Amino acid sequence: MTPPLLELRDLGVEFAGRRGAVRALDGVSFAVAPGEALGVVGESGAGKSLLGAAIIGLLDPPGRIVAGEVRLAGERIDDLPPEALRRLRGRRIGAIFQDPLTALNPLLTVGQQLVETLRTHLPLDAAAARARAAGLLRETGIPAPDARLDQYPHQFSGGMRQRVVIALALAGAPQLVIADEPTTALDVSVQAQVLALLKRLGREQGTALLLITHDLGVIAETCDRVAVMYAGRIVEIGPVRDVLRAPAHPYTAGLMGAVPRLDDPRERLTQIEGRMPRPGAWPGGCAFHPRCPLAQARCRVERPELRAAGATAAACWLAPVPPGEAA
Amino acid sequence: MSAPLLEVQGLAKRFELAPAWLDRVLGRRARRVVQAVDGVDFSIDRGRTLGLVGESGCGKSTVARLLVGLLAPSAGTLRFDGIDVRRALESPRDAQALRRRWQMIFQDPYASLDPRWRVRDIVAEPLVEHALEPDAAARRVRVVELLRAVGLAAADADKYPHQFSGGQRQRISIARALAGEPELLVCDEPTSALDVSVQAQVLNLMRELQRERGLACLFISHNLAVVRRMADEVGVMVLGRLVEQAPTRALFAAPRHPYTRLLLDAVPGLDPDRPARPPLQGEPPDPLAPPGGCAFHPRCPHANARCRAERPELMPAGAGRVACHAVEEGRL
Repeated sequence: MTPPLLELRDLGVEFAGRRGAVRALDGVSFAVAPGEALGVVGESGAGKSLLGAAIIGLLDPPGRIVAGEVRLAGERIDDLPPEALRRLRGRRIGAIFQDPLTALNPLLTVGQQLVETLRTHLPLDAAAARARAAGLLRETGIPAPDARLDQYPHQFSGGMRQRVVIALALAGAPQLVIADEPTTALDVSVQAQVLALLKRLGREQGTALLLITHDLGVIAETCDRVAVMYAGRIVEIGPVRDVLRAPAHPYTAGLMGAVPRLDDPRERLTQIEGRMPRPGAWPGGCAFHPRCPLAQARCRVERPELRAAGATAAACWLAPVPPGEAA
Repeated sequence: MSAPLLEVQGLAKRFELAPAWLDRVLGRRARRVVQAVDGVDFSIDRGRTLGLVGESGCGKSTVARLLVGLLAPSAGTLRFDGIDVRRALESPRDAQALRRRWQMIFQDPYASLDPRWRVRDIVAEPLVEHALEPDAAARRVRVVELLRAVGLAAADADKYPHQFSGGQRQRISIARALAGEPELLVCDEPTSALDVSVQAQVLNLMRELQRERGLACLFISHNLAVVRRMADEVGVMVLGRLVEQAPTRALFAAPRHPYTRLLLDAVPGLDPDRPARPPLQGEPPDPLAPPGGCAFHPRCPHANARCRAERPELMPAGAGRVACHAVEEGRL
């Protein structure tokens, strides 16, 4: 059997500080198959952006991986030297971040940036690289790509700029794209276009996608599976359809109830009282118990691990347990 | 029937983007003008909420700033409780009296609170500014009441803004806005910087407070689902103009303008079974180079020669008003 394209095993990240190390990611495990789109969702401070940074080796010091491993197509990449990781980024893993302005160099034309990236990763001469660059812009839906190559980032609108960033991320024909809030800065009509583009890549080129967002709606539109993060851990993971239809973790249910929807006549939105705890201040037991409307005595003392029930798994003592398995 | 609290007619704002003088002379670059708001009419009754939606650059935030006097309109009339706002703002005393009666809540709760002030002083500022509560002890009591009303604790009065999360800061902004007992709240994307769980808390709170206090509200957001929840009536803007306005229920049940339909279609939902819809092609128009005719025509699947040449006016349609030739001609 072929190994999954991306596999995380029990990944842990810590930040060393004056008062000792603070755990920011803890026991994160999942796998992404080629062409599959996994969405990662959670509130600010859940650790979802940290997860993306840890996978591509871009943790800001003093953050570092202290446990577990990251495997790309079966090979460990978390212990690679920085130079090897740098080659991996762009070539086999593409990254897209929220703010397209900071990902582009304002002093170089879009064409120069694309050609440089292409030639770093692929054996192309200048003319071939330029032709390929125009092709990438066309694939991402930018009209008149040949003329656009000679323009600077500021001459592009927000949505067009994010397409350029996507084109850059795709330049090395990566197997995996990690997109951290790629549409948060965009208007809703442009967001729909960019999401459709990301989806098409998976379908047509088999690129796997790790989509990090606070917006469950974006995941519902784009992803095959979803991982819900809370306080540095995955609390629920499964096919988008199953999780959204019957969320097993109260946090997932709370997030869904808090989203204002067009098809929802409720007078009040569901509130999750309180806020996400900071790393270093995670409560004992289940980290969600202080905010959980269903918390019981056991939740306060004993941490639940992810348990599978059907296609989804949830880390909650109250989640349904498959028949035949004692709780 | 009583007159509306706020009445806006032909409101317009032009911004001049003049290149530096030397560039203009040597580079022969002309002054450029952006028509940010271009003839907007609406009214808001006491206790009612008008939602304004549209994409970046459509002028919705400029409308908010014009209403509260942060910007001076280039044209049009603004009447607040029958008072001509432009004239009133010319007299310092009348301006002061008016400013107490409306308050604004901004998008960024990190930028709109002075980091060097204690929460007590932030919330009390309108009370001091408008001399509503000259007695310091009574002012303290009032501040605590306001903090409690927005779900904060009395002890929070002695803290500084940096000690609060984004959602709590937005509660402080709301407490400050309510301090002067305004009649109109102008909210510009008040929850778009917040996490969805926190947004739910703030939206629920705003609705309760508004209902209790009979506040009128102009609620601006790019998020249609949020506006649907907050507003009694909704206006949709494209490039400085209203293209559709209708009671909330009617607008969401049967949107008339193709742009409103596009916006509604583009909102991601939580239903994984919803069939994928091909997104509309094209970009929001450039305010510096507005398309002729209907500003939406380059993206509109129903556009014809008339739409490219002639700008549609807002006309009564169904329960609201629509500016669309296709709707007017019955093509849509």
